[in-house]
Parts: sequence; structure tokens; C-alpha cells
Amino acid sequence: MRITCPNCGERDRREFYYQGDALALDRPAEDAGPQVWDDYLHNRDNLAGDLRDMWFHEAGCRAWLVIDRNTVTHAVHKVTLAEKAKS
Amino acid sequence: MCGPAFHECDISCRKEAMHPLRSVVSVALRQRGYVMGYSGFRVIKEGLFGQKGWKPVWRDPAPKPEYDAIIIGGGGHGLSTAYYLAKEHGLTNIAVLEKGYIGGGNVGRNTTIVRANYFLPGNSEFYSHSLKLWETMEQDLNYNVMHSQRGLINLFHSDGQRDAFARRGNAMINQGDDAILLDRDGVREHLPYLDFDNVRFPIYGGLYHPRGGTARHDAVAWGYARGADQRGVDIIQNCEVTGIDIENGVVKGVQTTRGAIKAKKVGIVVAGRSGQVAAMAGMRLPIESHVLQAFVTEGLKPVIDHVVSFGMGHFYISQSDKGGLVFGGDIDFYASYAARGNLPMKEHVMDAAMTLMPMIGKAKVLRSWGGIMDMTPDGSPIIDKTQTEGLFIDCGWCYGGFKAVPGSGFSFAHLMATGNHHAPAAKYRLDRFRTGVGLMDEEGTGSQHNLH
Repeated sequence: MRITCPNCGERDRREFYYQGDALALDRPAEDAGPQVWDDYLHNRDNLAGDLRDMWFHEAGCRAWLVIDRNTVTHAVHKVTLAEKAKS
Repeated sequence: MCGPAFHECDISCRKEAMHPLRSVVSVALRQRGYVMGYSGFRVIKEGLFGQKGWKPVWRDPAPKPEYDAIIIGGGGHGLSTAYYLAKEHGLTNIAVLEKGYIGGGNVGRNTTIVRANYFLPGNSEFYSHSLKLWETMEQDLNYNVMHSQRGLINLFHSDGQRDAFARRGNAMINQGDDAILLDRDGVREHLPYLDFDNVRFPIYGGLYHPRGGTARHDAVAWGYARGADQRGVDIIQNCEVTGIDIENGVVKGVQTTRGAIKAKKVGIVVAGRSGQVAAMAGMRLPIESHVLQAFVTEGLKPVIDHVVSFGMGHFYISQSDKGGLVFGGDIDFYASYAARGNLPMKEHVMDAAMTLMPMIGKAKVLRSWGGIMDMTPDGSPIIDKTQTEGLFIDCGWCYGGFKAVPGSGFSFAHLMATGNHHAPAAKYRLDRFRTGVGLMDEEGTGSQHNLH
């Protein structure tokens, strides 16, 4: 699997650290309550198919990335800098 | 045992009718598992008569319109759940629904390691119970699962790691299981072929768990399937669940590719597919599915007598009875349903193998494969009720589910039948992630699914 970093171009998967679902970008308010925090920290849609997740270009430009990809085929559709993906 | 499960029964029953004394002897033998079941006698007999007496040992029934309980998932855990529901709780009007063929998922894809070397309360008693079930499984099922307690040795490579393993060993002994802390020479006696003086990761010693070992993974699924079927459980293959029927918060049954089936109780036991099946009941689980690879070499003469794990990289190895070296490493680290692995992890596993035991470089890798792991945020599993009455879930085994097959089935059956948590599995609660109470993070890596 290769990932095209917006800063560095196409690079080997080994340069990237994986964090998990891109809902990490939507951090709840501190007083949002246990259910909201549980959903944020632990519960996942865990889709077999298209998914958005967070990657870190650890051995490259060290930017956080949001990647749209498929968990069944491993196809990478789109790579966005996390700072731009965050609405 | 004159049920449809046993075709052979017809013949012996007729013989019994002819000769009362033979009938008494035959019943006595059958009760001890000699006539109807598998035995050395039977192997010799079949050998003498052209192996013509072997018959299928579970039926292929069509789904009935209604059952007392349904198990979704015909893997190791689902089949053992059905077996113990029937055996321990007398629930025999039940069905196991499998979308493919039984034993085709993770129970057919693992590295077959059986052990009880957990550290944290909650896990420790569960795996201890599970190992005890392993030790009586073959007699209980009358099925040779080739359980081999050849001993497991976890290596350590620094003083700090030795301390951690000493502590783990004490926890195991306190639980009533066995652990022996080996020094360097102690390890050398068992495993002379390791690279003891590796410049980066010299071997300081190992934690030896003599009751640890391996088993024939497929046989475990088949043994439980046969045992469940004998007790009247319907094992229904090629039957995918497409919906879960819930009315007013109470489960009513399931929709499948072979029609609707009603049930008072439904248990979800689908490992890597837990997310999809739970979604049918409106649930989001604390689970992310990841791929884990495993590898096997060509068959070799006996060379690795134990299960060995490397302490400075995720690598573990044993030798199958067929001769292949069976080994594996860590998950591929990103969410995947591909059931096949990537090359970087293959390279990493081979690196670790060569670092630990350079002799392995002469063996040829025959094949590799991947399984879909249901990873939880603390690396420990879930056996619990859900917010829907009558709907239960058993999931989150990460990449350690094989050794848990008997314990998980036993405890999940207990929960489904009685409504109460079985003591050894009582801490496997779904709500521990929300409350933060009772998290069991054996590796201390924090709440990120792929780090366990």
C-alpha cells in the first residue's frame, strides 16, 4: 500500500503511523457527558468499505493526514492534510 | 443416541434387538464412548473394513421457523457456546447460523496457541478456567483435538523485562496456574537454537508455562460442532443473518438469507464482523477490525519443541504435528477487512524470526494468510448483555481468541441461559469503556484499538 502525501508525494506505507477513525477530529466539549466521550474514544462504525481515518506522516513531513480509503480493497481514494480536513 | 445425528446407529440397534446380551455390552461400551464415538478400537475396525464406516458427524438441517435460542456465527466460540448451552443448560432447541462454512473464520486461521498466562484480574481467572476446559476437552467431546501441552516460553531481553515477567509469573501462580522463571542457562536447556548473544536483543531468560501449548484448530471447531449436533443443535451453514428483529426493546428473531427465524434469545459471536452484525441491532461497538497475518513453512523434522515468543518484537512460533513451523507477529496496524496482509508486516515478522533464531532462514515459507481481528480499546474481550432484551454479545477477542474457545463458549452459554454473568468472565462488561471502571489493558498501551 502506498500513500500520496499532499506535501511529500507518493510514499511507502511504512513512513506512516496509524491512529484510527477520523472522528478523532471532532473532539467533544469537556462537559459533553460520558456517552458522547465513549462514542468519541471507543465506539466505532467499523465499516467494511469506505472509511476516513487518521494517519501521521511520521517518517516524512510529520503532518497529520485524513485518508479516505477502502478497508476491503485497501484502495486509497483521497489524502487530505488534517488541518484542512477539519471543518 | 438413536437420533438422526448418527446414521451408524441403525445398524447397531438392529443387532441389539437380535441379541440381548450383546445389547447390554453394546450400551455399556457406548456409554463409555467406545462404540458410537471415536476410539482406537474403531480406528482398527475401520482399517480392517476399508474405512467404509465413517459417516458425516453433523447433520445439514434446514432452518426451523423458531428456536429457543440462536447463535449467530459458526466459529469456535459460537459452536462451543451452542455445545455448552445444550450440555450444561439443557437448551437443545437452538441453532447456530453461519454465513459460510463452520470453522472458516478465525478458528481456522490462527497460530493454535493455548495458554493461561494473563496478568490482570478479570483476564487471569477467565483464561485459567478456559485452560482447565482444554485439559478435559478431548474426553468431554470424544474428539482428538491434538491438544499438546508442550510448554510455552516467553523470552525476555533486559532486567526490566525480567522483573515484569517475574511479576506476571507470580500472578499466574497465585491464580493456580503454573509458571517457572528461567535464567539464561535454563532457557538454553530448552531452546539451544536461539541466538543468545544477539548484540541488540541478548536473551536474559524466559517465563516458562509448562501447561501452555497448541491444539489442532480445525478439530476444535469440528469437535464442538459434532458435540452440539449430537445434543440436537441445528448447525445451519450458508445462512447469513441480514437483520435482527427487535420489538419494543425485545429481540424477536433474525432475518437470514434462508428466511426469517424467530427466537427468544440471540447471541452474536462473529469476531471481526461484530461491527456489521451489531449495527443490525442499532449498536455501535468499541471495536475496530484489523488484519493479523500468520505464516507456515514447509514441513520439517521436529526442531521446535515448544511455543516460543520473542520479547523484543511481536513474534511467536511453534511447530505443527505435520512439521510446518507456524508463526506470526503483530497486526498490520490499520483497519482492514481484507483477510490478507501487507508486505511490510511480512518483512517485520521475518526480521524478528531471523533475529531470534537464525536457523529459521533455511526453512522455506509455504504460505501466509490473514484473519479479521475484533480489536477493543483495552485489548480485552466482551461477554455481556446488550440494551436489547434477549440479545447477547460475545466479541472483542483481539488476536487471542483461539485459547478462549472453550472458556468463552462456557461463560457465554451461562450468561445466555441464566441471565447471570459466569464468575470467570464477570468482568468482561461492555460498559467498562464508558465508565472507565474495570478496564483490562494487559499491555498498558492506552485506549487505541490497534495498539493491543
